[in-house]
Amino acid sequence: MTDWPLWEIFIRSQNGLSHKHVGSLHAADAKMAIENARDVYARRNEGISIWVVRSTDLYASDPSDKETFFDPAKNKIYRHPTFYTVPPEVKHL
Amino acid sequence: MYAQMVTPETNGDESSPELAQFQARIDAGDTIEARDWMPEGYRKTLIRQISQHAHSEIVGQLPEANWITRAPTLRRKAILLAKVQDEAGHGLYLYGAAETLGVSREQLVNDLLTGKAKYSSIFNYPTLNWADIGVIGWLVDGAAIMNQIPLCRCSYGPYARAMIRICKEESFHQRQGFEIMTVMARGTPAQRNMAQDALNRWWWPSLMMFGPPDSQSPHTAESARWKIKLLTNDQLRQRFIDQTAPQADYLGLSIPDPDLKRNEETEHYEFGEIDWSEFYNVIRGNGPCNTQRLRTRRQAHTDGAWVREAAIAYAQKRAKNSK
Ligand SMILES: [Fe+2]
Ligand SMILES: [Fe+2]
Ligand SMILES: [Fe+2]
Repeated sequence: MTDWPLWEIFIRSQNGLSHKHVGSLHAADAKMAIENARDVYARRNEGISIWVVRSTDLYASDPSDKETFFDPAKNKIYRHPTFYTVPPEVKHL
Repeated sequence: MYAQMVTPETNGDESSPELAQFQARIDAGDTIEARDWMPEGYRKTLIRQISQHAHSEIVGQLPEANWITRAPTLRRKAILLAKVQDEAGHGLYLYGAAETLGVSREQLVNDLLTGKAKYSSIFNYPTLNWADIGVIGWLVDGAAIMNQIPLCRCSYGPYARAMIRICKEESFHQRQGFEIMTVMARGTPAQRNMAQDALNRWWWPSLMMFGPPDSQSPHTAESARWKIKLLTNDQLRQRFIDQTAPQADYLGLSIPDPDLKRNEETEHYEFGEIDWSEFYNVIRGNGPCNTQRLRTRRQAHTDGAWVREAAIAYAQKRAKNSK
């Protein structure tokens, strides 16, 4: 079995876009993780830039807290432009 | 405009092969990312521009926060709170984008608090009554959107992506302001007068948000070549007036400019002389609220010191306990 640590892989698919998580893989170090990520996740030109982060360095929100954590934003519908009626004769709002 | 007075740095070494390649990338519509090679002038100009923008979002919370506790209804209060909270977020996105260029947050905040860094002149005007909150959303956020939409296509990736996020959020800011104006303009004669008075006071400062006329901004060319400024101050100002004047007509309010009229041939509005001495005076620190705004920011920073220290102490204690 392997002692290689797990890495999370982020790929910038196109010029101007931000990196997006695509998956993970094992590698001995960051350099190997980047090379392997190219071969595992970007064989068809899926990316122009790769970031790798040790999985143990990633902290996540608690799934069991999901409701209490995210629900408060739900009833704040006035944060959306669609909450306001714009008279049809008024342009550029 | 949120970054009104950015004097770009020029490049010492104009002829290096890296520089030529850099410019070719920009001309080809490539996005420059944090780790890419870039000339020092580009880096420094961007730090100045993005941080001026960030400071404006942060200081911009103050005039509106002034009315949160006195909003006329619970609905208006919730909306205004949400808007001011968004502005804090905009400041944070932009500080984050500036930090990708190698400047520290501490340095940026320091430059604001010592008065070394600039922020938009518009936030040095007072909010005297509730109608000002309507006008700010309508005109000030409207002008901000006008300036920020082209920047979503600017050459620096982290800045462009921050702008995309911000523009999405700004849309409700302008609409809630226009809604306040609609209600007041159709209200009692006293409310109508308040709306008109607020428009009278904010119209010219709003036009100044776009910065000095092109004839007085000699460095625009450099920023345009680098695609960190996509339209000139005068172009943006003209677009803003063209869009806003009909909205004032809809409200039945009159824009305080006797020379304002639509030219049917050019399909643009012509407008009167802007008092640039007022603008430079505010930029130099002599606007109605400059001193108060900086004092408030400094006070907030000092008052928050114990929170920052306590958070670090708590994190250290937790780290020790989990060992
Ligand atoms: Fe904003
Ligand atoms: Fe803004
Ligand atoms: Fe806004």
